[in-house]
Amino acid sequence: MSAVIDILISASFWAAVIRIASPLILATMGELICERAGVLNLGIEGIMVIGAFTGWMAVYQGLPLWGGVAVAMAAGMMFGLLHSTLTVPFGLSQHVVGLGVTLLATSSASFAYRLMLPEVTSPPKIAPFQPLNVPGLSDLPWLGDALSQTALTWAAFAVAGLVAWVLYRTPLGLAVRAVGEKPAAVEAQGLSVTGLRMGAVIVGSGLMAVGGAFLTLSAFSSFFFEMVNGRGWICIALVVFGAWKPGKAVLGAILFAAFDALQIRLQQTPLGAALPYQLFLALPFILSVLALILMSRRAEVPAALMVPYNKGER
Amino acid sequence: MRLEPVANPSAARRLGLPALALVATLGVAMGLALLAGANPLAVLGQIATGALGSKLAILETLNRATPLIFTGLAVAVAFRAKLWNIGAEAQLYAGAILAVVLGTGVLGSPWVLPVSALAAMLAGAALLLGPVLLKTRLGVDEVVTTLLLNFIMLLFVSYLLEGPMKDPMGMGWPKSPALIPEARLPRIVEGLRLHWGFALAIIAAVVVWVIQTRTTLGFEIRAVGQNPEAARFAGMPVNAVLVKTALLSGGLAALAGWSEVAGLKGHLSSDLSPGFGYTGIIVAMLALLHPLGVIVTAIFVAGIFVGSDAMSRAAGVPTYIADMLMATALLFMVLAILLTRVRVVRG
Repeated sequence: MSAVIDILISASFWAAVIRIASPLILATMGELICERAGVLNLGIEGIMVIGAFTGWMAVYQGLPLWGGVAVAMAAGMMFGLLHSTLTVPFGLSQHVVGLGVTLLATSSASFAYRLMLPEVTSPPKIAPFQPLNVPGLSDLPWLGDALSQTALTWAAFAVAGLVAWVLYRTPLGLAVRAVGEKPAAVEAQGLSVTGLRMGAVIVGSGLMAVGGAFLTLSAFSSFFFEMVNGRGWICIALVVFGAWKPGKAVLGAILFAAFDALQIRLQQTPLGAALPYQLFLALPFILSVLALILMSRRAEVPAALMVPYNKGER
Repeated sequence: MRLEPVANPSAARRLGLPALALVATLGVAMGLALLAGANPLAVLGQIATGALGSKLAILETLNRATPLIFTGLAVAVAFRAKLWNIGAEAQLYAGAILAVVLGTGVLGSPWVLPVSALAAMLAGAALLLGPVLLKTRLGVDEVVTTLLLNFIMLLFVSYLLEGPMKDPMGMGWPKSPALIPEARLPRIVEGLRLHWGFALAIIAAVVVWVIQTRTTLGFEIRAVGQNPEAARFAGMPVNAVLVKTALLSGGLAALAGWSEVAGLKGHLSSDLSPGFGYTGIIVAMLALLHPLGVIVTAIFVAGIFVGSDAMSRAAGVPTYIADMLMATALLFMVLAILLTRVRVVRG
């Protein structure tokens, strides 16, 4: 027990929590925007892969790190355009299209990787984002270490704040939320349901891709085929866990990251060594299922989630 | 733009648009080949020869189609009831585990094969039962739970193969001990490398087709899929129908793993399935969820994968082209099917 407490009060643990939470926050915000507008985006897993790949490849080809982030975002938005074209004006099954987008994005990344690097056995490394030195903050004893984070992590939290502000404090956010609740009312106001929903999915997909790019540009400095490894599906659970609200979703991501950081450290304790390591690796997925069950009774789902809208149809 | 229903779609519309979707997929294939610096027509030719060019190639394609027929059926059955089972991958491994548990000496001839098949189906069914009960009782989206279970199951398999199910003679490789000969599915024709799993898959497709067209359950599954509210209003036990659908779907997916172990590999390893569960979704959608159509599309999809492997070795186009083409075909096809029923109008 004291081992756990030692872990929980160490600054390096909290630094890891914030680091692990960052890509989850970015991708969860992306999914949240889509779902608030009424579109479930199951392309998230593949869009994170394409973001991780394109961001890394752009930097490997000589672009600056922020250029890589921009390329990843653009690639994600392209897949968002594909997803939303099929699901919004055509109203196709969001389940089938989402899975199709995930399969297409994942295989595109693998195909392009092999095409561009046919001979390599281990993927080349890039120089990733380094922790920012924030004057005043970085010198603080415990906090300085815990908040020794890269610019992309700071950006992730800023994005979450921005998403919350736009959704709740601007006319655009009101329209996006309304289109996920009662699209006919939005149409009656003279706004375009199709435009709002497609825009939300495209922007959301861009954020998911930046979440993926975090893995290659800030966390691991290389691209591996299996690196996203279900994080996208976990983000979908986090949106539910956060009751479709940005603030709660961020807290969910941090809680989740805390469990993840804790399990890595527990594996190294005598107790952890006695248990199979696969149990620890399965913990995030088991937690996600539990989170879904826990939140299931609360009906805060956007009313028009997964309901296509066809003008003139009642 | 908006969509307007087409009252009586012509035969040209109903057949032409799906055909167009396949042609468009071929176009994408040629584009990708060009991108890889290869001759597009040669690449298509090499995929076709790789899949069907020799007796060996055809048998390889049919072997590869076997698990895809099972997972395709599992998805088709579930999607028909709008039950989004994306967990065929996990259910497949559940079946594979049972094939090893019962096939390594616990049971002998003649019981081992039927009993392990039945046990595999029960395990797969049980694995899908959880998400479905969560859906019917608590309204938890089964897409996410079945997806998450895939990851949990793969880690469980990894644990089994490094722990209780590890082959002591495996030279450190994480694989299970080999099945006893009585637990192996024999070949359909002596000397030809095609096992009885393929024949069982065909039989399973026919059984599912009979269930869907000739039984009350089949009628109920369709009614629930088309309009659950109306089905409930008509007095149909909607939740019970979903549970029965889940048992059937999970059982079918488990047979994919069972037949891969008992028919093809003879042991379990964590690379048993290169995503057969996910590819089953494509197989089922291309077949328009028709159980007999699944046989055709599974062989088609298997052919693309087997052919692309051969083509990749010869032409140097990455083998992932097969996955890209399948995803493209899926998206084109759902759009084409929609456009057989509606037309796009301005305004």
